Amino acid sequence: MISEELVNALIENPAVSREEVENAYRDPEMPVLMVDADSVADVCQFLRDTKGYEFNFLKNITAVDFEEHMHVVYHLYSMDLRHKIMIKVQVGREQPVVQSVEPVWCGANWQEREVYDLFGIKFAGHSDLRRIMLPEDWQGYPLRKDYVHEPDHYD
Amino acid sequence: MSMSPTTTTKPHVGDDPTPAIAAAVEEARAAGKKIKLEEMYLNMGPQHPSTHGVLRLGILLEGEVIIDTIPDLGYLHRGTEKIAEDRDYMQIIHLTDRMDYLSAMNNNTGYVMVVEKLMGQEVPERAEYIRVMMQELNRIASHLLFFGTYGVDMGAVTPFLYGFRERELVLDIFEKVCGARMTHSYMRIGGVAEDLPSGFSEECKDFIDYFLPVLDEYDELLTYNPIFMDRTKGIGKLSKEAAIAYGVTGPMLRASGVPYDLRKDEPYSVYDKFEFDVPTGENGDCFDRYFVRIQEMRESCKIVLQALDMLPPGKHQAKTSRIIKPPVGEAYLEVENPRGQLGYYLVSEGEATPYRLHIRPPSFVNLQVLPDLLKGLKIGDVIAVLGSTDIVLGEVDR
Repeated sequence: MISEELVNALIENPAVSREEVENAYRDPEMPVLMVDADSVADVCQFLRDTKGYEFNFLKNITAVDFEEHMHVVYHLYSMDLRHKIMIKVQVGREQPVVQSVEPVWCGANWQEREVYDLFGIKFAGHSDLRRIMLPEDWQGYPLRKDYVHEPDHYD
Repeated sequence: MSMSPTTTTKPHVGDDPTPAIAAAVEEARAAGKKIKLEEMYLNMGPQHPSTHGVLRLGILLEGEVIIDTIPDLGYLHRGTEKIAEDRDYMQIIHLTDRMDYLSAMNNNTGYVMVVEKLMGQEVPERAEYIRVMMQELNRIASHLLFFGTYGVDMGAVTPFLYGFRERELVLDIFEKVCGARMTHSYMRIGGVAEDLPSGFSEECKDFIDYFLPVLDEYDELLTYNPIFMDRTKGIGKLSKEAAIAYGVTGPMLRASGVPYDLRKDEPYSVYDKFEFDVPTGENGDCFDRYFVRIQEMRESCKIVLQALDMLPPGKHQAKTSRIIKPPVGEAYLEVENPRGQLGYYLVSEGEATPYRLHIRPPSFVNLQVLPDLLKGLKIGDVIAVLGSTDIVLGEVDR
């Protein structure tokens, strides 16, 4: 488990905060960090390469639509130190852009594409940002709460 | 605290095919042959028996050598995550059956565990043991199907019949336990749907007594078959570093020499009470990925036997309210599926339906590494590598 000290040390970075967010789940093994959308890759790079953190394994990327804003959620893990951390990035609903973490962990490629496909969140610096599940000409982003399904000839 | 600028650290996986091709062309031209190079685009799937579902691969070739592969997904996308937002917590159990349809017990368990985590729901000990047995039996059934189909992929039809013969016995056990052979929906929030039927213990033991010698037979039949070994050894190597950078999990990660297994490293349920080993490979090639799975079946048998001996009496289901409403909050939980780590991320606003349910499927993340594994290989190796990743498209696309 990651020590409280190490987590608090991260807050020296102006882009990071531990501010209590809506719906924050208090899991003792999983501290939550709020990170700015335009510096999440830098923070992740730091978390991966700095001794004591060594988060070399990206488990999961997803997003949640809270109607007024959206959260992009990252679950990180360290193979050597066996600790976890969770990162959340808050973005608006109009033209949301988040820094891509693909340069840090190449496994982020498809998971970011999935978030782009279903939520319409763009990832700056992504190598191949295309829809992955839905056809390229699909209109709208289905996992947003205000998505309305237009019945087509299959319905 | 200082931040270094972001650098690209994509690890090297496949060999760059260009020098090999250039050398071959040079040689042929020196021998006086006329060579004209042309790139060829080959479409494979979505309806192809070796893609194990509906996966389309666009393969760019130069002669026989693969230069690039472009996977095309989504043919089986049913919007499980969106449907889940409109179903109550009990109904979602049935949706999870249909993701990785070869390991429905494991999918069910992961889902009910994430809801229990958010609710703080206790589970009776007997139910935990039943869950572990079901998960391990399902792991055996799933790996048996892999064994059979991988044999077919490599041109050996007999293993398919053997694998299905043994898998049938596991499915018979499942049928007696929960009435279904594939889409079980056996787990419930707070326990399991029904207690074990009478005679379960004997039947399980009989199956394992029969099955362990059969595994040796498998080794003679396929594992140490020289043709099979030639086609899989040294093909599609995935290094330790690349596997970690790609977030690969399950047998694929362990075949690359990383002994990371949630059952051992972060034991959930009652996995900490059993003795078993985590098989790993050394080279991370197709053969290692195959052999790790064969060895895992033995370990699963060990766990089932121990669980049968330790199975405590008591209730199989805790008391829960009729309508399940977890408190406001969120939870993330992962379980070790036959194919890797299956993660559930659940956000609740205290309603009878989840606000958001995200599923992190192991096959989806594992499949990402395919283009890099195929780079520089010959066209005939596509099936060997794809088969060894053991994906289920129902889970990749959801």
